[in-house]
Amino acid sequence: MKDLRLMKGNEALAEAAIRAGADAYFGYPITPQSEVIEYLMRENPADRTGMQVLQAESEVAAINMVYGAAGCGKRVLTSSSSPGISLKMEGISYIAGAELPCVVVNVVRAGPGLGTIQPSQSDYFQAVKGGGHGDYKMIVLAPATVQESVDYVKLGFDLAFKYRNPVMILSDGIIGQMMEKVELFEQMERSTEEFEWATVGKKPGKNSVVVTSLQLQSEEQEKVNLRLQAKYREIEKNEVRFETYGCDDAEYLFAAFGSCARITRKAMEMAREKGIRVGLIRPQTLYPFPVDEVNRLASKVKGILTVEMNAGQMVEDVRLAVNGQTRVEFYGRFGGMIPSPDEILKALEQKIIGG
Amino acid sequence: MSEKNIISPENLVYEKTSVMTDRVLHYCPGCGHGTAHRMLAEVIDEMGIQGETIGVAPVGCSVLAYYYFDIDMQEAAHGRAPAVATGIKRVFPDKYVFTYQGDGDLAAIGTAETIHACNRGENILIVFINNGIYGMTGGQMAPTTLPGMKSSTSPRGRDVKTMGNPLKITELIAQLPGTYFVTRQSVHAPANARKAKRALKKAMEYQKLDKGTCFVEIVANCPSGWKMTPAQSNKWMEEHMFPFYPLGDIKVPSE
Repeated sequence: MKDLRLMKGNEALAEAAIRAGADAYFGYPITPQSEVIEYLMRENPADRTGMQVLQAESEVAAINMVYGAAGCGKRVLTSSSSPGISLKMEGISYIAGAELPCVVVNVVRAGPGLGTIQPSQSDYFQAVKGGGHGDYKMIVLAPATVQESVDYVKLGFDLAFKYRNPVMILSDGIIGQMMEKVELFEQMERSTEEFEWATVGKKPGKNSVVVTSLQLQSEEQEKVNLRLQAKYREIEKNEVRFETYGCDDAEYLFAAFGSCARITRKAMEMAREKGIRVGLIRPQTLYPFPVDEVNRLASKVKGILTVEMNAGQMVEDVRLAVNGQTRVEFYGRFGGMIPSPDEILKALEQKIIGG
Repeated sequence: MSEKNIISPENLVYEKTSVMTDRVLHYCPGCGHGTAHRMLAEVIDEMGIQGETIGVAPVGCSVLAYYYFDIDMQEAAHGRAPAVATGIKRVFPDKYVFTYQGDGDLAAIGTAETIHACNRGENILIVFINNGIYGMTGGQMAPTTLPGMKSSTSPRGRDVKTMGNPLKITELIAQLPGTYFVTRQSVHAPANARKAKRALKKAMEYQKLDKGTCFVEIVANCPSGWKMTPAQSNKWMEEHMFPFYPLGDIKVPSE
């Protein structure tokens, strides 16, 4: 029987972490995602599955606890919101460098600085371009629904272990805070697998395992970088995920992700009622970005409007993918403001159709 | 004159523990790290826990500690070793987990992680090498640099009015209910090294009791950073470091 519930995004994500067989969660409260750790503490998964939950003294400590547990080959996650994610960036860089698997959830709020607690998509660059120091990539999943927040926890762990790479779920304050119908997957068993790359205690006759991102010699460091880059090319080949709506007959195209894509889809429907043939592409993976699909669609349409709750970030990746084949314009609201479908339709008419 | 072969098992007075690798130490001549490593490795060997111990290396001179300990280890970001060790211990509560950190790592950039790991009573061993200077980066002032002590960033001597006082973090964390055993040792002379080893062994064994954090400070010399010969640095340490950082147990289990 289906396990259907009406749940708040943050709580559904926390429940998904328990059900995905996570071994540990380390976090620090910050609005608008504190319900994740509150739910976990209330639910006490140590009794349900043995999963450990700890409130750390800071986001910095939390991500380093993730490093330690991930280095033991465990399924481990943390969550935070924008200012807290900035603090985690040092640790994420080390995790990427040491090639450890983990899931990091960012329920984005508006910035810069302390900004505001209202929803935003202004951490796109930080998420997809690296964020911390050094040449590295996170796999970035962008849920548009509470359902996807749940499903991406499971997918996130699968991808993190497949590539031994940090995975970020780039959510936002809308998805984290809203209640929606969600189908929960069944409880998975916690894994007892021991990985050869993990510190589990030296095995007799085997070399001791070292989890590190340090190379003293540039020749060795370059080898690490080349290996990482080869892995990222594999990820780009295998893991692109997106959805398209109304693209078959489209004269124009919207590009939007996450909660903003849902609003944009409404704008798309309103446009079609007026006889404007517009489609929508919604990347579900922001890294790897659906370059080929955007490029293919660009060859068929007269113009693309990228809609985001920021000052224009994904639009740069859209332009790179379009590669000059058609016009690309941007419409965005920021600072915690959410665009309405009317505004988006008007922007399409003014910037693309009439522009 | 006949030669007598004295190389035989009954004459063996010292054997390198197999918990240390054969790799040549990168530490400067006379540095205390080598002895501290060996004491800890011998403890792991004697307890027979080589396969159950996970160490965490810091950033600083001992960043490459995992070259020398033949055990599974993780290399932490600067100051974060107690957080990394917390992550390890929470998923592997039955393993022996230790951090090995210098003064900059533990008492400056990692102060929060140190204090909070100790305050939670994480069931780990923290080994703290205090030589009052940043060795790896070339002799800059540390949080534990003595008043008036010269370094490359306190070239006229540490002025406590503008640079702050040396931080006695060991006394500080001994106040926390989460700590179980807190001691200050040195390894510069054989008797001291033996005492330090006994302290390390006790601290490691206490992990089985699940009573809280054990913290072993080792006051050490840094001939290169202090611009002294090894012998001079040991003498200077006795005359200047020990009065400020007195050796001995600071917190011992009550039973």
